[in-house]
Amino acid sequence: MMNKSHDYLSGPPVNTMKPGFMLVRHRQPTRCSLFLALVLWSISAPIQAALDIEIFGGGASRIPIAIIPFVGEEKLKHGITAVVAADLQRSGLFRLVDSSGPSIRDPRQIAYPDWKSRGANALVIGSAVMLPDGQVEVGFYLMDVAKQVQLTEYTMIVPADRLRAAAHQIADIIYEKLTGDVGVFSTRIAYVVKQSNKYALQVADADGFNAQSIIEYSEPIISPAWSPDGTQIAYVSFENKKPIVYVQTLATRARKAVANFKGSNSAPAWSPDGKRLAVVLSLQGGSQIFLVNADGSGLQRLSQSSGIDTEPNFSPDGQTIIFTSDRGGSPQIYRMAVTGSASGAAERLTFEGSYNVSPHHSRDGRGFTFIHRNGANFNVAVQDLATRQVQLLTDSRFDESPSPAPNDRMILYATEIKGRGILAVVSSDGKTRQEISIQAGDIREPAWGPLPKQIRR
Amino acid sequence: MKRIIGILLVGLLSACASQTIQPTAESGSAGSAGIANTSLDPNLNPILKDPNNILSKRSVYFDYDSFMVKNEYRSTVQAHAQYLRDNAAAKVLLQGNADERGSREYNLALGQKRADSVRSAMTLSGAKDSQIEAVSLGEEKPRATGHDEASWAENRRTDIRYQGE
Repeated sequence: MMNKSHDYLSGPPVNTMKPGFMLVRHRQPTRCSLFLALVLWSISAPIQAALDIEIFGGGASRIPIAIIPFVGEEKLKHGITAVVAADLQRSGLFRLVDSSGPSIRDPRQIAYPDWKSRGANALVIGSAVMLPDGQVEVGFYLMDVAKQVQLTEYTMIVPADRLRAAAHQIADIIYEKLTGDVGVFSTRIAYVVKQSNKYALQVADADGFNAQSIIEYSEPIISPAWSPDGTQIAYVSFENKKPIVYVQTLATRARKAVANFKGSNSAPAWSPDGKRLAVVLSLQGGSQIFLVNADGSGLQRLSQSSGIDTEPNFSPDGQTIIFTSDRGGSPQIYRMAVTGSASGAAERLTFEGSYNVSPHHSRDGRGFTFIHRNGANFNVAVQDLATRQVQLLTDSRFDESPSPAPNDRMILYATEIKGRGILAVVSSDGKTRQEISIQAGDIREPAWGPLPKQIRR
Repeated sequence: MKRIIGILLVGLLSACASQTIQPTAESGSAGSAGIANTSLDPNLNPILKDPNNILSKRSVYFDYDSFMVKNEYRSTVQAHAQYLRDNAAAKVLLQGNADERGSREYNLALGQKRADSVRSAMTLSGAKDSQIEAVSLGEEKPRATGHDEASWAENRRTDIRYQGE
């Protein structure tokens, strides 16, 4: 199945390397608590990246849902239902049912037999009304078609330029109601764009829109990592002839070098409490894992081998680290305890193949995603920590940097099409894949940010 | 209510944030700055750039998956070690590189191995460890941008840069 959403193809060509960082002042919130969340996440860019999205595959047990275009949304600058539909479809858990016909705003107007015959299990109706003060009141109902009952309803008032954020919130509510799982459509992603000889670390909505540059340099940037509270990003910059680890605060743009020791400094990973970072230094020979406080103090060596130990990643409980090491002759993934002293003891976790790298724990701590070399290809795989079972999720040529969604249902990764780097999302069962390409530039090094605080539970 | 105020405060702070892309505050860096953190020096010894002098040779190439300095580069490495021995104030930055295949961070570590092996050869030939900083650029600064074996071979390399260059 292939779907091209025309919504994404509209708009002028966009130079994504422009700073475009514009903050919008909002009126005092008047209504629901959801609106507060929108205020916090209201850093909006004046331009939208033009995306080209393709969806492949699809699981058999997807929930058939019809989303009738909201009453009044055609009068707004941006539609809502197209964003909601794209979000739900991207998750791999939904199948969109034909929703053509008149828009309605009242559940009593629903002709249930019609929706049943179209194969919809769930139905969404709603409205978007421009208020005299310029804000928009958005409301919707989620209905169970078979039982002919209302599952939920919600109304929110949002500034006119925050309609995409409102749509993501609606998708989250629908997703949570129908799957029982937390939705991640209101989260953000970070990644690096290379355009001609410039590198930009950008942050965007989870669907690739509203991209803003956090920092731009003429030298490479790699390995962005979100702090657990989503307020800071650690990354590696080559602006000074060698790799140095920085931590930058998103709201103020202030940054600090947290690892700038003699030799190379790279591969930052946050501890779950956000107080420390694991980093890789060549300070004492080789490439070895160290711990450092988030302010750059308190350096302490963690791993002890004669070769390469890199790409550390904390378990959600902070007790262990998984990492890539060549101590056995080929790069494989190992696990070691985080203790007060350096140790050479580690348990090897991967045994299939001669190249397994870039491990990231799932957020539930039960497994990890990584890159497995499969013949000439480099693919996204997942491994269960208890059963050791490995599943390959992709079959493309060059996949890199897998990063799990905060609900573990999707994995964001970098891949390549015709020599150009793009981002893609694969569902955790490997059945749905979607490419997200922000059109200008070569994109790599994605990192999926945490849930916004207001909806973390 | 406290929470509402907190959120509004964040909004206000964001609204005041700088529109520039450069960081607004650059804190002092942690740890000891290495040789990389220095600026250009116009008084650099011209012998280092003389095309007739072996010291103008600045690249050491490596075989696939190998980190050994090959015999054909021994004389170059030794000449630089000798220069460092004779010029105690001179310092070099060794930048290791890797080809583009695989993980960026793992490739950074592979480039580090190539820089470290040139450093070992130089210190064996009499250069002091304090005169050398070995770092890696991984696959991030390829000299050859093709996606074939010839390009990859060109990028499996350590470059020698003198302080001030």
